[in-house]
Amino acid sequence: MDSVLPRTGLWLGALFFAVIATALAADIGFAVHMVICALAALIGLIVTVRGWDPAAVVRPVDTGRYDDDLIRLGVIATVFWGMAGFLAGLYIALEMAFPQFNLGLQWINFGRLRPLHTSAVIFAFGGNALIATSFYVVQRTCRTRLALPGLAKFVFWGYQLFIVLAATGYLMGITQGKEYAEPEWYVDLWLTVVWVAYLAVFVGTLLKRSEPHIYVANWFYLSFILTVAMLHLVNNVNVPVSFFGSRSYPLFGGVQGALVQWWYGHNAVGFFLTAGFLAMMYYFVPKQAERPVYSYRLSIIHFWALIFLYIWAGPHHLHYTALPDWAQTLGMVFSVMLWMPSWGGMINGLMTLNGAWDKIRTDPILRMMVLALAFYGMSTFEGPMMSIKSVNSLSHYTDWTIGHVHSGALGWNGMITFSCLYYLAPRLWGRERLYSLRMVNWHFWLATLGIVFYTAAMWVAGITQGLMWREYGPDGYLVNSFADTVAALHPMYALRVLGGLLYLSGATVMAINITRTILGHYRSEAPMHSAAFDPARDVPLAPATAN
Amino acid sequence: MATFMERHRKLERNVTLLGVLAFAAVTVGGIVEIAPLFWIDNTIEKVQGMRPYTPLEQAGRDIYVREGCYVCHSQMIRPFRDEVERYGHYSLAAESMYDHPFQWGSKRTGPDLARVGGKYSDEWQVQHLTAPRSVVPESIMPTYGFLKEQALDQGDMVPALQTLERVGVPYTKEEIAAANDDLKAQADPDADHAAFLKHYPGATVRDFDGDPKRLTEMDALVAYLQVLGTMVDVNAPAAQEHLAKEKGR
Repeated sequence: MDSVLPRTGLWLGALFFAVIATALAADIGFAVHMVICALAALIGLIVTVRGWDPAAVVRPVDTGRYDDDLIRLGVIATVFWGMAGFLAGLYIALEMAFPQFNLGLQWINFGRLRPLHTSAVIFAFGGNALIATSFYVVQRTCRTRLALPGLAKFVFWGYQLFIVLAATGYLMGITQGKEYAEPEWYVDLWLTVVWVAYLAVFVGTLLKRSEPHIYVANWFYLSFILTVAMLHLVNNVNVPVSFFGSRSYPLFGGVQGALVQWWYGHNAVGFFLTAGFLAMMYYFVPKQAERPVYSYRLSIIHFWALIFLYIWAGPHHLHYTALPDWAQTLGMVFSVMLWMPSWGGMINGLMTLNGAWDKIRTDPILRMMVLALAFYGMSTFEGPMMSIKSVNSLSHYTDWTIGHVHSGALGWNGMITFSCLYYLAPRLWGRERLYSLRMVNWHFWLATLGIVFYTAAMWVAGITQGLMWREYGPDGYLVNSFADTVAALHPMYALRVLGGLLYLSGATVMAINITRTILGHYRSEAPMHSAAFDPARDVPLAPATAN
Repeated sequence: MATFMERHRKLERNVTLLGVLAFAAVTVGGIVEIAPLFWIDNTIEKVQGMRPYTPLEQAGRDIYVREGCYVCHSQMIRPFRDEVERYGHYSLAAESMYDHPFQWGSKRTGPDLARVGGKYSDEWQVQHLTAPRSVVPESIMPTYGFLKEQALDQGDMVPALQTLERVGVPYTKEEIAAANDDLKAQADPDADHAAFLKHYPGATVRDFDGDPKRLTEMDALVAYLQVLGTMVDVNAPAAQEHLAKEKGR
């Protein structure tokens, strides 16, 4: 451990600054946030002075040769934030089906809870999964321990503080009003600091590798970290109204603001939820299947094509708006081209199972990975299709978009994360196996069923809505009032609640399973395959007799 | 192909090279698509009538943003027959040129609001925000009665307008200095409006929330909703002639 004194000084400085900022705060929300920062600094101070080690609580006896403390904490954080995000999603689904659930309380109105849900699942659940797995993968594929372990700790805890500030801010109505970029200027600045530290730790570890070759998963992680830094910085250029107040106005407004925002928004999907998760796929799928990656050449081609093309696709969120036509068309063309590199990733993942396909009968974790790749393939076909202008004229502004993002988020990001967590938990805590493989199977089916209900309901809702809006009667007048279309969607909104409930139940089963694995419990259960191998029956079918 | 793979092998052993090239690959698209919007002249149409929001309207807009209205309501009418009949003339880029942040939205759980200004009375807006299902039984909108209870947090409109001026909204020094007076004047029918109307020609002056004694957040939000889409007379002959001649957008 490095010297306690300078770190104590740093914490005291942070505490002092937070207290001063609380006193000078221009609005209540900012004051609350500075109190949270002060508490965080106080906890940091106590932990430093008393020499506590929070990671020790979840550290097994045998820690292995790598720096895995943060990854163990990351697994727990991912499960925790996942549950929080799914629960928030279920609640806002209930609010849309039954508006009484808003309870007339401003803090939990749909408009404030919806960013809480999206940020919790994308940045808290997805972000923690990405940070934890990237630290795990980069150490193993480089055969080295994390560079800058102290900074790595800062990345993990700093990121949790970012999540808490963002989430509490939404409830108090602190928002920039830009989708998936809602946190206000000071939270953005904090995230920038954390992200630069993340980049330093990741690149530092790559630099001190004792393996000459950089494994493909790390290319994806690297491009994800770099690109998210660029997107975050450009889309959040804001001028604060007061240095001790929460409100700010973005530099880019109107049509330019719209394109900057969707350049950011689309590539949050492209790099946070695609490139980063493909990196997870490139390490964990071959590991779980015990097969090498299908094609080295394909991984090179689809990597460069994917990162180059994704950036162009943003304007498809602005079809037929006041954005100039040339930009819309450019966005559409590149979105359609994006289909191929996306499927390159899916094919490389699925074909990795060559020679191991039988395992998906007996290994529910691998089956989860296959399902994740299948959903990745489906939503990356659906996306380019929806970005064709004539399709978009029907789908835009409707629940079809919501269905599309959830088939990607629940199916691809969720399932691949769950399977990685199942892979990691026994290994990180030195357990022989998971608490229960049969519970993984339950999770698989509950989640799959949940996704089917959710996306099917939203597809029907979206197309219904789109068609009803543009429906003309024989008299040449619009047939439906807007209120008619809202009423028509009620059954679909109720079905979505059921889908969300199933998905959340599956995640609950996982939370129990992972917790008991960490505790070192093993469930005594029958193996997943019951049919014994009978060599006598393993013969070709008799050829049909010719007569 | 073999030589390509050989060359690529270099990248796979050099973090700096890999990082620099990956970063270069992801910058191109954004530069090509976004940068021209700042200098191509016809990105924003030249139409008459656009003015910055009054302090009260801007305060209402801040509440609109705070409550996340944009997650369910768009402010962008597309050029389709059904949308134009339902909501009015398709939206122009010029109409959101002073919007920081833009609030075009991406989802219509509720109807588009780009031209909702003047469509309903103030009383209807207040009633609908307070108890949506009392006027639209099918509505699934949350209730916003609390806006009428909360006094509008005044006093900070000067730095707010100043900040907006810094990001490009053309407020004059005089307008910024008078921001707080203008805010009160707009919601008070008995005040002296000469200065206010000089700053914001064509703005409406009245009590918006039906409670003339108090200046509430409801006043501000309704003032904002009532100005949406009313600044530019898109159907005026001059505007239509300009739009008809538009090329290369």
